[in-house]
Formats: sequence, C-alpha cells, structure tokens
Amino acid sequence: MAFENKASVATESDFHKVRAAAMQQFEKVGFPTKKNENWKYTSLKSILNNDYSLFPDLTKHQVQLPEVDTYFLKGVDSYKIVFVDGVYNSYLSETTHDGMDICLLSAAIEKTKYKIVMDHYFNKIALTSDGLSSLNTAFASEGAFIHIKKNIIVEKPIQIIYFTTNCEKDILLQPRNLIIVDENSQVKIVERHQSLSNNKVLNNTVTEVFANKRAHIDYYKIQNDKLNASLIDTTFVQQKDQSVVSVNTFSFGGDITRNTLSFYQKGEHINSILNGISLINGTQHVDNQTNVYHQQPNCESHELYKGIYDGKSTGVFNGKVFVEQIAQKTDAYQQNDNILLTDDATIYSKPQLEIFADDVACSHGCTIGQLDKDALFYMRQRGIPEKEAKALLLYAFTNKVVEAIKIPVLKTKITKIISEKLGVDLGIDL
Amino acid sequence: MSKKYTENELEIDLKDKEYEYGFYTDIESDKFPIGLDEDVVRAISKKKNEPKWMTDWRLKAFRIWQKMEEPDWANVNYVKPDFQAISYYAAPKQKKQLDSLDDVDPELLKTFEKLGISIEEQKKLSGVAMDIVIDSVSVATTFKKTLNEKGILFCPISEAIEKYPDLVQKYIGSVVPRTDNFYAALNSAVFSDGSFCYIPKGVRCPVELSTYFRINEGGTGQFERTLLIADKGAYVSYLEGCTAPQRDENQLHAAVVEIVVHDNAEIKYSTVQNWYPGDKDGLGGVYNFVTKRAIAYDNAKISWTQVETGSAVTWKYPSCILKGDNSIGEFFSIAVTNMHQQADTGTKMIHLGNNTKSTIISKGVSAGFSQNSYRGLVRVGKNAKNARNFSQCDSLLMGNDCGAHTFPYIEVKNASAQIEHEATTSKIGEDQLFYCNQRGLDTEKAIALIVNGFSKEVLNKLPMEFAVEAQKLLEISLEGSVG
Repeated sequence: MAFENKASVATESDFHKVRAAAMQQFEKVGFPTKKNENWKYTSLKSILNNDYSLFPDLTKHQVQLPEVDTYFLKGVDSYKIVFVDGVYNSYLSETTHDGMDICLLSAAIEKTKYKIVMDHYFNKIALTSDGLSSLNTAFASEGAFIHIKKNIIVEKPIQIIYFTTNCEKDILLQPRNLIIVDENSQVKIVERHQSLSNNKVLNNTVTEVFANKRAHIDYYKIQNDKLNASLIDTTFVQQKDQSVVSVNTFSFGGDITRNTLSFYQKGEHINSILNGISLINGTQHVDNQTNVYHQQPNCESHELYKGIYDGKSTGVFNGKVFVEQIAQKTDAYQQNDNILLTDDATIYSKPQLEIFADDVACSHGCTIGQLDKDALFYMRQRGIPEKEAKALLLYAFTNKVVEAIKIPVLKTKITKIISEKLGVDLGIDL
Repeated sequence: MSKKYTENELEIDLKDKEYEYGFYTDIESDKFPIGLDEDVVRAISKKKNEPKWMTDWRLKAFRIWQKMEEPDWANVNYVKPDFQAISYYAAPKQKKQLDSLDDVDPELLKTFEKLGISIEEQKKLSGVAMDIVIDSVSVATTFKKTLNEKGILFCPISEAIEKYPDLVQKYIGSVVPRTDNFYAALNSAVFSDGSFCYIPKGVRCPVELSTYFRINEGGTGQFERTLLIADKGAYVSYLEGCTAPQRDENQLHAAVVEIVVHDNAEIKYSTVQNWYPGDKDGLGGVYNFVTKRAIAYDNAKISWTQVETGSAVTWKYPSCILKGDNSIGEFFSIAVTNMHQQADTGTKMIHLGNNTKSTIISKGVSAGFSQNSYRGLVRVGKNAKNARNFSQCDSLLMGNDCGAHTFPYIEVKNASAQIEHEATTSKIGEDQLFYCNQRGLDTEKAIALIVNGFSKEVLNKLPMEFAVEAQKLLEISLEGSVG
C-alpha cells in the first residue's frame, strides 16, 4: 500500500495492524452512497470526484500569524494545538505536558510511554461499518492527543485548529483526535477547521472522546469554513459513571458539512448533552446525525438542534436514541426546530426513538415553521427595520443553544458569526 | 417461528383457547393447487370471467412482481413466505348468486354467529349494509336497494369489473400503481376479490358501509382489492373489520386499498383488525402486508382510523396524497401488540396542493415480547404553500421484554409550511395503578381502563358500533400482559 511509505510507523507494530484492518474494512464497504439509510439525504458525489492530494508538498505551507489571527479565540489564555495542511505547527501552538498531555497524536503513536494508553483507547469506539471512519483510521497519523489525568480542572480552554493553505492542488486531510479525561477532571475544548486555500478542501475527521468517572467535558465545534471546503466530522464519545459531556456543533460555513455524533453510555447517572445550530444559505448542505446509546440505567440525554435555512440550502437532521433493555429509568429528550426562509431551502428531519426498556421517559419533538408574523409586525411598528427585526427573531431562536456555551469569549464569537451570517449588526455585546 | 408445528401441539393450544375467534368453518372449498406462474394468473382471471384488459393488466403486474424483491427495510423479523407454497385462489363452492339469507350455507351463518355478527340483527338494528367476504368471494350483500336508489354502487370488485368496466379501468391502479411495491404488485396480479364502491356526485351515503373480511381456508393467501371512489361533493363512511381463525401455519394477507376523493368529497375509512396473532410462543399467525392509499382533490377530506390488535407481523401505512388545494388528511391509529407480535405501521402525508392540512395521532401499546414501531412520512412539496401538519405519536410499554420505536421522516421544501411532531414513550404510572387498586379495581381491569384512556383520542373517531368492539378488543389483546 502506497501510504505506508509516507506513514511514519514501523510496518510490524500493533498500530500498523489496526490501520491495515481499517483499510481492509474500507475496501470492503467503500464510500457511502445514498442507498445507505444514514446517507439518504446527503450525496458525496460532488466532493469525491475531485482529484485530491493526500500528501501535500510539505515545503510549501507557510502561515504567518497575522493572516490566521482572526481564527483564534482572543481575550482568553488557552492551550493551542495548530496544524497546517495536516502537519503540526509549533510556532502557532501552545502545548503542555505538565500533569496532563496536550500534544500530538503522532507523538503518542511513536513514543513507547504512551503505548499503554494508546492500546487501551485508540480506535476502541470508532469501530464502525461506515467507510469514511475506516478510511480515516487507515490513514491516521496526526491530530490532537489530549490526556487529562485524575483530579485536574483545566482552567484554560484548549483550541484545536486545522488550517489548509493555498497549496498546489485540492487537498484531502484526515485528522484524528484522541481525547481522554480521567476521573474527576474537567476540560473545555474548541475545534475548528479553516481553509486558507482557493482550491477544494475535504476534511475527513474522526475524534474519539473518553470521559471516565465524574469527568466533565465541554466540546465545541466551530464550522465556519470557506465555501470551497467540505467537512466530514465523525465523533465518538464514551462515558463512564456520573460523567457529563456536552458536544456543541455550530455549522455556519462550508460546502457540505456532515456531522456524525455518537454517545455510548457505559455507566450510571451519566448526562449527555448534544446541542447544535445550523445557519446556512446559498447551496450549502449540513447533515447532522446523532446517536445516543443508553446502555446503563439512570442516565439522561438532552438534545437540542436548531436550524435556519436560507437560499437553496439543505438541512438534514437524523437523531437516534436507543434505550437498551437494561437501561431503566432513562430520561431522554430530543428536540429539533427548523426555520426555512425560502421555498428553495429544504429540510429533512428524522427524529427517531428505539426503546426496549419500559420504565423510561423519552420524548422527541420536531418543528418546522416560519417567523412569527405578529412579532415581526410589532417590531416594525416600533421602528425596527424588517431585516433587523427578522435577524433579532432568528437570533432569539438560536439563543437557547448560544446561552449554553460556557466560554464567554466563545459565546461572543458565535454571536458575532451569527449576526454576520444574518447580515446585520445585532448590537449585542456579551 | 421457523420450525413446523404438529397436530398434537395444535390440539393442546386449542384447549388453551387464547384466541377467542379461533375456529375453522368446514366448508368444502374450491381451491387452486399451490404455486404461482402466468397460468395461475390467467386461471384466476378466467375463473372470474374477466375481460381481456383485466387479464392483461394482471399479467403485466405479475411480470413487474417477478422483477421485484421482497422489501426488508421494515423493523420486523419473520420467515419470508414461500410464494410458491401458497394457493392463490379459494372460494366456497357456491355457484349461484344469492338473493336472501335463506340461501346461505347454514355452516356459514353459524360462523357469523360465533363472530357475534347476526346478519338479521345487523340489518334491522344498526342500519349497516354488509358485504360479507369469506375467502375472497362475497356471499351476501344486504341493503342493496337503498343504495341503488341513491345511485351508489357497492359490490364485489369482480362484479364491478363485469358491470362497470369503465369506472374500474379508469381508477384501478391510479392511486397504488402496480409498480408501487412488492406486495402491491403481487396483489395486482392475483387479487381474488374485494369491494368496489362508487358514490356519485353530491350524494351522501345514508348508511355506513362495512365489509367483514375473514380468512378461512388454511394455507390460502388473501389478496383483497378495494377501490373506493367519492365523486364531487359525495360522502361515505366505510368500515372494515376482520377476525381470522386459528391456523397452524402463517397466512399471508397482502391487500391493496385505493381511495379517490374528488373535489369537496369526504371519505372516512375505519378499520378494526384482529387477525390471528400467533400463539404465546410466537408460532403461527397472520402476515399482514397492506398497501392503503388515498388521493384527495380540492377541498376533499380523507380520514383513516385504525385499530390494530391482531396479526403476527403487520406492515401497513395508510397514506394520503393531498393533491388538491385545501385538502385534508387525517390518520388516527391504535396499534396494540402482545406476545410475539410485530407491528411496523404508520402513515404518509404527501402535501402537494396549497393550504393542505394533515393530522397524525398514533398510539402504540406494546406488551409481552412484542415490537411496535411507528414509521411515518410527512412531505411538503416545493409548490405546496401553507401546508400544516400536526403529528403526535405516543407509546406505552408494558413489561420489560417489549420494544417501542418511532421513525418519523419529515421532508419540507416550502418555507410556508408549519410542521409539528412530537412523540413520547412511557409506561403506566405506578401511582395510576395504585389509585385504581385502592378503589377496588384489580390490576388487569385497571390496565384496561388506563389503556382505554390512553387510546381515547383515537377510539372517539370510530363509528359507535366499532368503538364498542374496539374497546373489547383492546382488553382481550392485553389479557395476561400484567406482570
């Protein structure tokens, strides 16, 4: 296999075996097509037809701080793990090994001191019949590696940013993140993919998150890329007793964005929180797939996805909640609200419940509608121009998800992006 | 389910009498040898004295069916029927048309009595005209006169093919095309009989039309075909109910119901389905794979109400195509599954016209080892302005070995649509049970009471006679599920 020459791993290692098995799995299942029920509304044809470069010319990626400064969270001290064209950039990064490992997956693969951790966690929950995750595993070589040891509250948020530069041709990147948070520890993570290129970019990202007992993780995904970039983001979360994990997905940019988010509850009294905002226009396409597997009793899950679709954009929401027979006393809530702003925009929503236990309280709801005409009239009567009035109402529609953000500067940033997307200055300073 | 079942076991099971209506009428029947090929299709057509266009229509359907594969996307598991091991035609050996009840085979009359349907009583008291179907051939039709006066055509479809070929030719396959799905294609090729009803312009049908279906002959597939047409401004309430005798092998039922509702017309279609659900180990029982669909034109209204308590496997999605402006579609359903029953049922609401409205109320009750799924589609087309949909799916779980699933599909392409969907799953509250127990109701009665309350919204939509029967059925189906 050609990629072996490029990958920096000895061909006889355990790691190599994992990758070879993943490659075999990919060769077996291939890329998903619309015939696959989970891909019914999203076609990858338009982005898979490009002739992507898998291993870009390493000498060409030059990024200066001023040109990317805007993509970082400012006004807050943070750890940063920055990659340019899939390669770690130490100049822009700020990592640590002080009581915790906030570093690189390549280091974790190569160094023997990480072997136990890697054997225990790497690719343990990403096993899937989905071809794209297998492809990522087969090529996995770089990404963020975060291991927070017991009883540490990480005060500074961690930023993981992937830049793509204006390199010679279309590029396919396959970042792989591994995040492990041990007992009683807490961490906040912000992930972002940003293209600086005018060529097509496809990111096929896989992230595995492990929350051990009583761990708290807040994960934020900012998806506000250029229109020549597409993102396939697959995230797996495994939780142990009394842990709380929230994954917040903000999809504003990009051509095709596909988020697959799976939660596995492997203990009791777990809380899983899934939040999302999709605000898109033009011919953008956002597909959110969520799976919550309730596998132990006395757990909760709360899911809230809001979508606003303008222009000829398409939104997909496919939410599944599985409650296994043993998972008594489960509380699972799922809500998907959508607003279509034009007749050319489309929404496909599929909120699903599969329940095998009787003593549960599960509900799901889905709404599709428009802005309240009376509210709009009321505001215009009081001198607020139509555009601003609409924007205010739309902002209010997304507010519940924005309010859940626990990093103040991030909340401001998201609010700014929303007002930019709506084409107005909301004048809200948070 | 895969292993065969012996006579002795049947004997023991019959003693247990789980299925109240599980008996078998001994009528000599005129039955085709098993298997399906072009000749069988031709023979069915010939037996019915059908014109050439009908024979050709069936043959074309058969060729379409040959190329199709049995679907497996539904959330049910069963041993797929062997289509070459079924006899495709069985009719009681009665050649001549009957004018009065006296001519009916006394054995048959006894069967009806056991079912609790005395035709005389029905005739006198309830004012319901009945087209009783036993193994595919209609044997008694009442109230013909009243209907004739109004110009309403209500007869077996085989008769309609003979008498009103223009109407049948115009409408058959117009709502459910032969290419629609595997079972619809099979039904189109081999349907034995069914009902045909045409309500002329501006006529309000004075009686509730009802047909009782019964599957009587062991190893016979039932392929009913129903065609209902309400012309402009007409109204009819149509009831369909069924019970099947206990048999030791799975029986296949693949019916097609097509409904056309013209401008300003209204059709109310109610079903109570209580086919043999199989025994307590999941052996036997009816496979119910039905395609039901209605098309509504301007200002028309179609309302489906169903109470599903029977069948081992149910696969059924009564649908509404809201083609005309201001048309309305409604779907009210209760599906109760117990023992090893599996139901995958729901509806499709396709909004095409402007200002269309649809309402979906679906109640699922699962007990025992059963699996109960709601699968529904709400689609709003690009040019359908101001579409409105409200969906509510509630599931009740009884016991820890059953499952309740919800698979709603919502596809909207117009910004003016307003769609709401909500679903809940829960169990019967212990405090509710305690409250009933405290007041002297035993747990079984209390559950029946609570389930009835849970289903009230749907039961209220049924015509009176059926509401009573349906309530009883809910109780019978949930017997022994306490624990």
